[in-house]
Amino acid sequence: MAERCAVIGIGQTVCRSKRDDVSIAGLVREAALMALEDAGLTFADIDAVVIGKAPDMFEGVMMPELYLAPALGAVGKPMLRVHTAGSVGGSTAIVASHLVASGIHDRVLTVAFEKQSDSDAMWALSVPQPFAAPLLAGAGGYFAPIIRAYMHRSGAPSDIGMKVAVKDRLHALNNPFAHLQLPDIDIKMVEDSIMLWDPLHYLESCPSSDGAAAMVIGSERAATQAQSDTGRRPAWIHGMAMRSEPTMFAGRDQVNPQAGKDCAADVYRQAGITDPRRQFDMAEIYVPFSWYEPMWLENLGFCAEGDGWKLTDEGATSMIADGDIPWNCSGGVLSSNPIGASGMLRFLETALQIRGEAGAHQVADARLALGQAYGGGSQFFAMWVVGVDKP
Amino acid sequence: MSRFPTQATGNRPVAVVSFAQYDNVRREGARNEVEMLMPVVGEVFGNIGITKDDVGFICSGSTDYLVGGPFSFVTALDAVGVWPPRAESHVEMDGAWALYEAWVLLQEGEVDAALVYCFGRSSPGDLSEVLALQLDPYYLAPLWPDPVSLAALQAQAMIDAGKATEADFAAVASRARRAALSNPKAQVAYDRPPDELLEEDYDVAPLRRHTLPPLTDGCAAVVLAAGERAYELCERPAFITGIDHRIETHSLGARDLTRSPSTERAGQVAGVGAAKVDVAELHAPFAHQELILAEALGLGPDVDMCPSGGALAANPMMSAGLIRIGEASRAIWSGGAERAVAHATSGPCLQQNLVCVLEGV
Repeated sequence: MAERCAVIGIGQTVCRSKRDDVSIAGLVREAALMALEDAGLTFADIDAVVIGKAPDMFEGVMMPELYLAPALGAVGKPMLRVHTAGSVGGSTAIVASHLVASGIHDRVLTVAFEKQSDSDAMWALSVPQPFAAPLLAGAGGYFAPIIRAYMHRSGAPSDIGMKVAVKDRLHALNNPFAHLQLPDIDIKMVEDSIMLWDPLHYLESCPSSDGAAAMVIGSERAATQAQSDTGRRPAWIHGMAMRSEPTMFAGRDQVNPQAGKDCAADVYRQAGITDPRRQFDMAEIYVPFSWYEPMWLENLGFCAEGDGWKLTDEGATSMIADGDIPWNCSGGVLSSNPIGASGMLRFLETALQIRGEAGAHQVADARLALGQAYGGGSQFFAMWVVGVDKP
Repeated sequence: MSRFPTQATGNRPVAVVSFAQYDNVRREGARNEVEMLMPVVGEVFGNIGITKDDVGFICSGSTDYLVGGPFSFVTALDAVGVWPPRAESHVEMDGAWALYEAWVLLQEGEVDAALVYCFGRSSPGDLSEVLALQLDPYYLAPLWPDPVSLAALQAQAMIDAGKATEADFAAVASRARRAALSNPKAQVAYDRPPDELLEEDYDVAPLRRHTLPPLTDGCAAVVLAAGERAYELCERPAFITGIDHRIETHSLGARDLTRSPSTERAGQVAGVGAAKVDVAELHAPFAHQELILAEALGLGPDVDMCPSGGALAANPMMSAGLIRIGEASRAIWSGGAERAVAHATSGPCLQQNLVCVLEGV
């Protein structure tokens, strides 16, 4: 049987276009030290380190965890490096949590990062491969036709994406770690921004960020200790799951992927969720392009298929509009996108909310929250549920 | 009632029950990674009469820089065919660490069997240049030190410390390549005495050609099964009674290159010294590294060392470590060994090491 485990330390760097004040090692160490201090620990207390990031070409360093081992206090310890595309930040937190849930370790440091300014993600995504169609337009070019299919299928009005873009940027104004700070954001500003990949305007796309996220995952014993040392309550992990499906398969529904539905069903079963919209107090969901909010609302079962855009439209997912199920209170991926860390930031933000430490973007009395990350061609999913109560 | 061995790490008995590897070749020009993996995945399931529907978790190991493009593991997943969707994960590491991740998950008891696979081709690029990108990007990588030169520094440090001679390196290589003659998957195998090998010119002094691993394209797969499931799939499962891995600092100047404290520590946690070791499969890409590893693990001359020929016989990147676990498991399945040690390494000069103890009942 799996042991109880919880988030007992949280650290994140400020995200910027260029963090040229730090090396890669400096960036990850900044987040790691914050997480350790938050947990009342030092590197010496950590049993193992699990690090994740998106493709190595995003910085131009092959398997950078080898070089980062000393910066993360991993010398003499087990160190794992996870890579599961865009979902990697979430998967990394899950792999770290399993090291505790399996009873092998008491305290595991997990870190995810991207220093996009060291290379060029668009180039890295566009390296020609033999016998494969080039992805020269980057991720947005890949997802735009899928969004078109969603609009066609659901009959959603064309301004829904822009509403998400505005809402998440308004949320970001309450998060000092968020990259984009656009106080004047409104529908007109989004509409007036250049069309990148029809129907996605520039401001409906995520930024390129440098940033890192870190958490300490602790056993029940470690969580009790941390709480008595720091006075901060643990964010208990109520469920975690990963699912993958193939890129190329005629039976796939890329608009509403089966892997996402299966992953949600698995994590909901573990956490006892039958009505996600009612039971969750908030959710941090991987929305790198605006329209993915209504699409994931449906995929995650927060509403019936075809109705996701209605929740967005009526402000159900907005903190500003006092919606009943706020999504991406941190500003989400649309406001900060250190790719490899973006998934972990979703997971981390849920833990922050459960601990009541989200500051200006805190949801009042958040007791149960869902974190989700996806990657590849909408084919890799990682999810967890964290809560105030011990599971 | 089935019998299970005592475990040094973990609580739930988990065993290697099937293993398959590709024909290790210098250059697999005709097939891509998916096409190489498909027969191997088919074989690893076929050996024990199961399909992908019988495993609850899949974990793979590979690295994008060998392929020269991002997300190489994404298409590789097509070799398994994950439909309906599967619980699946990937490490940017040798498959031995993918096996570790799967072993951890199996400890929790929700899943009874897992598929682990890995792949790596050295032929698409210049491996010396590719591996230089693994080094500290600010201070070391810009100098483009190649892996053979770094290994030569390590070998020279051993000679300077009086720990070994070039003749010792040649003896390791001679024995490994002779053992490889009976390994149908070996890429380099011959029967040449150490004296003859020492007549070769230096590649990078003090390393001569015979001390170097071959450049290999290959891939491998393993099936793990827990508890009773292991006995359903395998007559004599190779139980993992101990598994651990440790990393050292990246800075070569800060390490004593003649020792491997990470291997030593991992070996202690995995319980290597708790009983007699019959067979060891060490992932030592360079001949002199076997001497360092054997010392770190306390393996004496009574141990059957690398009967497959080890990484000197074939060294597919990201797979050579998992292959060591597969080869050690075969020694258990056949009844030829009661207790075997497998080892995997990563990074320059043995920076990161995994040790796995396998036992039959």
